[in-house]
Amino acid sequence: MARFEGTATYIATEDLRVAVNAAIALERPLLVKGEPGTGKTILAHEIAKALAAPLITWHIKSTTKAQQGLYEYDAVARLRDGQLGEARVHDIGNYIARGKLWEAFTADQRPVLLIDEIDKADIEFPNDLLLELDRMEFFVYETRETVVARQRPVVLITSNNEKELPDAFLRRCFFHYIRFPDRETMTRIVAVHHPGLKQALLKEALEVFYEVRDVPGLKKRPSTSELIDWIKLLLVEDISPEVLRTRDPAKLIPPLHGALLKNEQDVQLFERLAFLHRRERGGG
Amino acid sequence: MFAGFFLELKRARVPVSLKEYLALMEAMEKSVAGFSVDDFYYLARTCLVKDERNIDKFGRVFGQVFKGIEGAAEGSPVPEDWLTALAEKLLSEEEKQQIEAMGGLDKLLDALRQRLAEQKGRHEGGSKWIGTAGTSPFGAKGYNPEGVRIGQDEGRQGRAVKVWDKREFKNLDGEVQLGTRNIKLALRRLRQFAREGAAEILDLPDTIRSTAKNAGWLDLRLVPERHNAVKVLLLLDIGGSMDGHVRACEELFSAARAEFKHLAHYYFHNCPYEHLWQDARRRQAERTPLVELLRTYDQAYKLILVGDATMAPYEISDPGGAIEHWNAEPGETWLRRLLVTYPKAVWLNPVPERYWQGTQSIDMIAKLMEGRMFPLTLDGIDRAMRRLQR
Repeated sequence: MARFEGTATYIATEDLRVAVNAAIALERPLLVKGEPGTGKTILAHEIAKALAAPLITWHIKSTTKAQQGLYEYDAVARLRDGQLGEARVHDIGNYIARGKLWEAFTADQRPVLLIDEIDKADIEFPNDLLLELDRMEFFVYETRETVVARQRPVVLITSNNEKELPDAFLRRCFFHYIRFPDRETMTRIVAVHHPGLKQALLKEALEVFYEVRDVPGLKKRPSTSELIDWIKLLLVEDISPEVLRTRDPAKLIPPLHGALLKNEQDVQLFERLAFLHRRERGGG
Repeated sequence: MFAGFFLELKRARVPVSLKEYLALMEAMEKSVAGFSVDDFYYLARTCLVKDERNIDKFGRVFGQVFKGIEGAAEGSPVPEDWLTALAEKLLSEEEKQQIEAMGGLDKLLDALRQRLAEQKGRHEGGSKWIGTAGTSPFGAKGYNPEGVRIGQDEGRQGRAVKVWDKREFKNLDGEVQLGTRNIKLALRRLRQFAREGAAEILDLPDTIRSTAKNAGWLDLRLVPERHNAVKVLLLLDIGGSMDGHVRACEELFSAARAEFKHLAHYYFHNCPYEHLWQDARRRQAERTPLVELLRTYDQAYKLILVGDATMAPYEISDPGGAIEHWNAEPGETWLRRLLVTYPKAVWLNPVPERYWQGTQSIDMIAKLMEGRMFPLTLDGIDRAMRRLQR
């Protein structure tokens, strides 16, 4: 049995490894939640890489219907063909477009299926997929055939918590919540993305990063992906660890903050804090 | 084999079903995880917990069941007289009076002991410090027991203990107070509440599709319309300790405003009387008689009162009890009038639920509301909205 142990480019914590391996071994979907930017979607890519399996991704939008994952019957095209007298109109199968689930069920090799951001869809969406994910089969009404999975794909489902998922759906999944990485894990994650980064710079950058995260009232707290971008920028601009360390209260906003603070109000919040600091120092 | 654990989880109101339990058994059989306690904890968590709000509860139950300390909650390790002596020594006369007002020292000690038992449950092996959280009555009343160490340090510091004792998922627990962090989630609850009603509208794409399928014969398709039929009348307690909560509530509801068909909000102080006001700063100048409210908004409105309901009992029960003006009729009467006009009503209370019993006025209001008082937490809002939908 293939096991997932994290990859060279992805640091998986112990609990995440257990959850992924349980989902692989018991052939059940794994539902992954967590703050934005904690690597939920990347996880599917990494599992596929680790298992050397093909990855099939199904990005969910607010307009996505469960049926689209199975197949779509293009009745309008058939009507048009019928009016034009095309020969292919007699075979209904010509107008059936396969969806991602169908693709995953009939793949030659056991694939990894990513259903990304399931919470974006309509509230009934998960319910419409219950049987399909449980039994890994569905029925095509137009052609009267049943599509059964050759081998049950590894199904990974991500959610950003915008909608509650129905209990019946949750009961069929394993669940993992990706916690925001602590400093130690974060150090390892950064090391994977920026090998050979100087310890001093990393230490200061993390210090600033966690400080920024701790500022109360931030609309969007920076996450792992933002940290990695920011460090990349620090390297490109050749900012020295000393600059990060000085941390002049008057310059509360970290250098190149554009990578960390993605929200105008957050930047203003920092400016206001810096202003207050200056006043405090001026007064006392 | 783990049936006891399963039942404990149920008792702690972690939603688990047999299906999940069997999945865990299956995973054990296939030896998915290693054989360390940590691995088992992770495996059990991934199988049994389906919502991050429950991870904290799960961790606590796990710690209790697998450490064999079920009995810790009952047999308190702290001798009563010792506690009393400690309290006597540390409290000033004035503070003691405040405590009396809260329901007496006994009640306070009970709460303290309960707190300790809880702490033992999840902090097994660590030092047992009494919390100094802002909501704690001990902290709030100036009695600061930080540094008071009670019980023995059992020195169990294995790595395994830490994993579920760290309580990293505490913030995600549905029962925590509403703050800026989880306000978004609360909003989602309100939205779900707002999306009610089922009229039917024409589904054009589906109609075209099925007409085409019918070879040109018209086939009309309808879908349920999503419209916001919910009308809300929001009454907020303002002044003093409530201000912070009021701001949170206002933000919450005004953010959800677009989702409601109508949202009207008024302020009151402590308890609704004959007048309410719409602008908190000009409450003397621009008052709206409550009877006018009852006339203006019909009973299809759902009434949501937000307040800590913490006041002197006579402010509710007696004429002339109001602290700002002379009221001819008691607050009780006015609240009843509101409830008669608006059968669908709830009271959201920012005071943590466990202190409700100890405050007489909260008890009175809760009785007037016929049990429809809910804490101002994610979980509480959830329950309140469900109650309103019924």
